[in-house]
Amino acid sequence: MTTKEALFKYILRIGDTNLILGQRLSEWTGHGPFLEEDLALTNITLDITGAAKSLLEYAALVEGNGRTEDDLAFLRNDRQFFNVQITELPNGDYARTIARQVLVDCFDFYFYQELSKSKDETLAGIAQKSLKEVTYHLRHTSAWLERFGDGTEESHNKVQLALNELWQYTNELFEMNEVDEILIKEGIAVDLNVVKTKWEKHISDLVEKSTLIIPQNVFMQTGSRKGIHTEHLAFILAEMQALPRMYPDAKW
Amino acid sequence: MEINKFEDVFEGKLAKNEMIEPKDWMPENYRKHLIRQISQHAHSEIIGMLPEGNWITRAPSLRAKVVLLAKVQDEGGHGLYLYTAAETLGVTRDELLNNLHTGKAKYSSIFNYPTLTWADIGAVGWLVDGAAIMNQVMLQRSSYGPYSRAMVRICKEESFHQRQGYEIMTHLAFGTNDQKEMAQDALNRWWYPTMMMFGPPDSESPNSENAVKWRIKRETNDQLRQRFVDQTVRQVEYLGLTVPDAHLKWNEAKNGYDFTEPNWVEFKNIISGNGPCNKERLAARNKAHDEGKWVREAAQVFAKKRSEVYEAA
Ligand SMILES: [Fe+2]
Ligand SMILES: [Fe+2]
Repeated sequence: MTTKEALFKYILRIGDTNLILGQRLSEWTGHGPFLEEDLALTNITLDITGAAKSLLEYAALVEGNGRTEDDLAFLRNDRQFFNVQITELPNGDYARTIARQVLVDCFDFYFYQELSKSKDETLAGIAQKSLKEVTYHLRHTSAWLERFGDGTEESHNKVQLALNELWQYTNELFEMNEVDEILIKEGIAVDLNVVKTKWEKHISDLVEKSTLIIPQNVFMQTGSRKGIHTEHLAFILAEMQALPRMYPDAKW
Repeated sequence: MEINKFEDVFEGKLAKNEMIEPKDWMPENYRKHLIRQISQHAHSEIIGMLPEGNWITRAPSLRAKVVLLAKVQDEGGHGLYLYTAAETLGVTRDELLNNLHTGKAKYSSIFNYPTLTWADIGAVGWLVDGAAIMNQVMLQRSSYGPYSRAMVRICKEESFHQRQGYEIMTHLAFGTNDQKEMAQDALNRWWYPTMMMFGPPDSESPNSENAVKWRIKRETNDQLRQRFVDQTVRQVEYLGLTVPDAHLKWNEAKNGYDFTEPNWVEFKNIISGNGPCNKERLAARNKAHDEGKWVREAAQVFAKKRSEVYEAA
């Protein structure tokens, strides 16, 4: 694998994770638990979808064969997507949406901190912008985790159940392969072991503060680094890609 | 005696084009009219999030997705300003929402039509937001301060929405044959419903007279409708599309178009619950509200726990 190929795959991994998470979150817009929170979650969705757009634009540029960010988003098949599986899971209730968001926001927070030091200036720039946004997202979603954990019995049970069921998807965030190996040598990619240590400490403190428990001895799911997904992704793409696929000659 | 004096002050302010503020005395029917008008407007913004939100997950480009998300979010923001303005008149948001959820309160009938294709997102932005602007521009100078100020912010954003909607229509109308067909079809379906947004003909509009007197409205339904048609026909022509009205004709004498009135029987049916999406829209709002109940409760209980901890410390 050349450095360029590795970089393309690396950007897709980050871009797809944002794209699919934004796609899922956008299902909440207009249906949130109350108006202020609907607006706040949509803000997060907008930031994440905006980041996806910048990243896929850059991926298309790196690839250099004339594809655009929209071609990458709307004309690839599910096996060519590299988003982590946790992003494609159905939203579930608001506790599950928040729990997933905290786990991913916290990852992004430390990931973008590292990535903003990347020798690749475009990636570093995107990371710096996203870090500002994610700092706010993490504050917002952490506050909700605490409210649910230490709110009513119902909210506590719901959010604990969500953590229990989501935990098996968390290890994927930190998996590294040949792509990382090549790019870490170049000072471009982030060492995810560094992120993992910080993430574990942060989440463990937050979960404890929220009177919740981190699930133990969980068997971890894997696959997204190879483009292997849950059953949900193909449905997401069928919906998201419908128009560009139905009208291949059209510009929007 | 007292009331008369208050009323003189109120009338005096209206006469001098001064704002009425929440702490000022106001006649009870003025207050009632405003609560009804502002809350209906707020409900329309919130319900309006649904037909447009319907296409967020299927927006055909990343840019279109971001623009639509932001638009739907803006509409939610409009709802929020307006509920807040209504609350200054002595009602709570809970009461207003309850009226919406039980079907007691009305909202703009336009949102009971379905968004069937992507072109509908263009047509809604262009025509529906366009008609809303025409209705709302005059409300920026309405006599009630909080309403008037909310409308200044809202109108600015609505004109963005209209431009974005027209931009979608432009892409379609100058795109492939399929896209052009999609654009014409959307125009065909949204033309008359949009004209209904200005309300029934003046001869049958019971609320218009007071509204004009109180400067809550400044032009009549028919005047606004005429202006909308005159303005929009030119935009339709630029797109190379056809207004779905065989009787549309320029009338030199009145310096405006003659046009076919929308079907007022259909209008009455839709505002009384028989439109294609009335039930779905209300069901979606009720579902979100009901499923959000435990979330709102958790937040309240948590806040109470924390304030007790704070007080004990
Ligand atoms: Fe609006
Ligand atoms: Fe709007």
